[in-house]
Amino acid sequence: MSALDSLYQQIILEQAKTRTGADLADDQLQGLHLPAGVGQCHQLNPVCGDEITLRVETAGTGSGRAVSGIHWAGDGCSISMASASILSELVVGLGAGEVQGLIDSFREVMRSRGKLEADEEVLGDAAALSGVSKFPARVKCAMLAWVAAEDALNQTG
Amino acid sequence: MVLKSADHFHDGPLTDVEVRRIRNDFPILDQQVNGNALVYLDSGATSQKPVSVMEAEQEFYEQRNSAVHRGAHTLAVAATDVFEDARATVAAFIGAAENELVWTANATAGLNLIAYSFGNASVGDVPAEARQFAVGPGDEVLVTEMEHHANLVPWQELCRRTGATLTFIPIMEDGLLDMEAAAALFTSRTKVFAFTHVSNVTGVINPVVELTRMAHDVGALVVLDACQSAPHLVLDVKALDVDFAVFSGHKMLAPTGIGAVYGRAELLDAMPPFLTGGSMITTVTMERAGYLPSPQRFEAGTQAISQAAAFAAAVNYLSETGMERIHQWESALGQRMVAGLEDIPGIRVLGPSAGTARAGLAAFEVDGVHAHDVGQFLDASGIAVRVGHHCAQPLHRRLGLSASTRASTYLYNTTDEVDAFLTAVAGVRPYFGITGA
Ligand SMILES: Cc1ncc(COP(=O)(O)O)c(C=O)c1O
Repeated sequence: MSALDSLYQQIILEQAKTRTGADLADDQLQGLHLPAGVGQCHQLNPVCGDEITLRVETAGTGSGRAVSGIHWAGDGCSISMASASILSELVVGLGAGEVQGLIDSFREVMRSRGKLEADEEVLGDAAALSGVSKFPARVKCAMLAWVAAEDALNQTG
Repeated sequence: MVLKSADHFHDGPLTDVEVRRIRNDFPILDQQVNGNALVYLDSGATSQKPVSVMEAEQEFYEQRNSAVHRGAHTLAVAATDVFEDARATVAAFIGAAENELVWTANATAGLNLIAYSFGNASVGDVPAEARQFAVGPGDEVLVTEMEHHANLVPWQELCRRTGATLTFIPIMEDGLLDMEAAAALFTSRTKVFAFTHVSNVTGVINPVVELTRMAHDVGALVVLDACQSAPHLVLDVKALDVDFAVFSGHKMLAPTGIGAVYGRAELLDAMPPFLTGGSMITTVTMERAGYLPSPQRFEAGTQAISQAAAFAAAVNYLSETGMERIHQWESALGQRMVAGLEDIPGIRVLGPSAGTARAGLAAFEVDGVHAHDVGQFLDASGIAVRVGHHCAQPLHRRLGLSASTRASTYLYNTTDEVDAFLTAVAGVRPYFGITGA
């Protein structure tokens, strides 16, 4: 597989079009009056203009809470959009601690400059984004939704 | 147009044969990137450097390195000569006198120098001769919708500090300035008009003489962003009649870390300084300081001396090649690029369509594929382009985009390279599985 094909795997091109979770309504973008258990974060990559607003909904309290929904709105390259879509499919139903664990391992793979290959057992479709770590300029694109999710999740604790 | 000396010997655009010879002077161009010959189409961001420029910098450090304008030893005199000769060379390149050229770090620093100096003329105890630069409540600073952030944000900040109002000339769908709207925007309130000669996104070449006349008719000072014109066409600041002009060395074969501000001599000598400290003063007491005339007045601290020497080598290289010939060559490349892009399904070129004058660059949108992905795809073929908003967010927003892909040429690009680029662009949508026109 060429380096380019390893970056743009079929799963990624499809996820970039599917955009699971990309249903945050326009009037929710401001994130005003969020109920308890809901967090929201806006992330912008000023270099290329990739942008996302991501909302995390949780059920339960404290460390026992679990993610019950992810909703986002965004605009950006196929890597950033696919990554947001994959994240949305991956984390709904998981406990807050598990989600933080996934974000940590995803970040580790992304920062590895191609040295780490993601474990598909753990990261599911997000493993297809492993190739991004060989392209330092694109790591921010892949991380955008995950950074937003981490911040939003922290607001729910 | 003013012809530089070399233009008297050759007419018409450069030829492909000459360009291939020129390429030998740019060692960086001869390399493989991702298994393909490098096609460098990002000179709008920064240009590559010929050997003569790199040698000028090295020669300075090997033979003459010393502080300038200080000390009486022989090396200091030699370094000062190099530094001031470089100033005269770069000044002559744009048709200015040597005391009208101030060194800065880059164009951004130059535009900030002007905006901050105007700001310093607007508050506190201001000498009489500096009041002509003052702006305040009720005054307007006029820019355009196509500006690079470097020629927008400093003016926003000046307005915020002084209470003046920022206004702008809108652009039309084809990227050209709306001259009808412009006519109504020049009023007795307009104190400063800052605009770009050539757009770094659409390649539009603005009618500088006409706009400058409109500004002068209402008594406004004219600041020209010449970043994308000084490297690519014959720039004569006197013929254009602008009051200030700003450009960056690194976009015109010189190293990073040096740029210049041109200002009419009587204006520079009256303008309050921006950065203050050593090298720009006459007498200093514990209470106050007197300032040297321009250009020293605006060159506080130790300057970019080797870069100035190399900047002179860069403009010599350009002059010897002939700016008018370079301009014609790049115009032809730009037209070829735009015509080729227009023929590819799903591509929208920003700015004027083929057949209309533009600089040798083209920014475009690929329907269904984000610019960042386009750039990545082209990079895999060794083609270097710029992606993003190119520091012109308002322009992109006006054209309904957040990002675009830009290919920009220079004197060392060949028609073959433009064709390789067009072939690669035609492969973008198929690769990403996008079909339809
Ligand atoms: C039109 C224009 N103005 C200003 C600048 C800023 O130049 P620099 O980054 O060298 O200060 C650029 C360069 O990107 C430009 O294209």
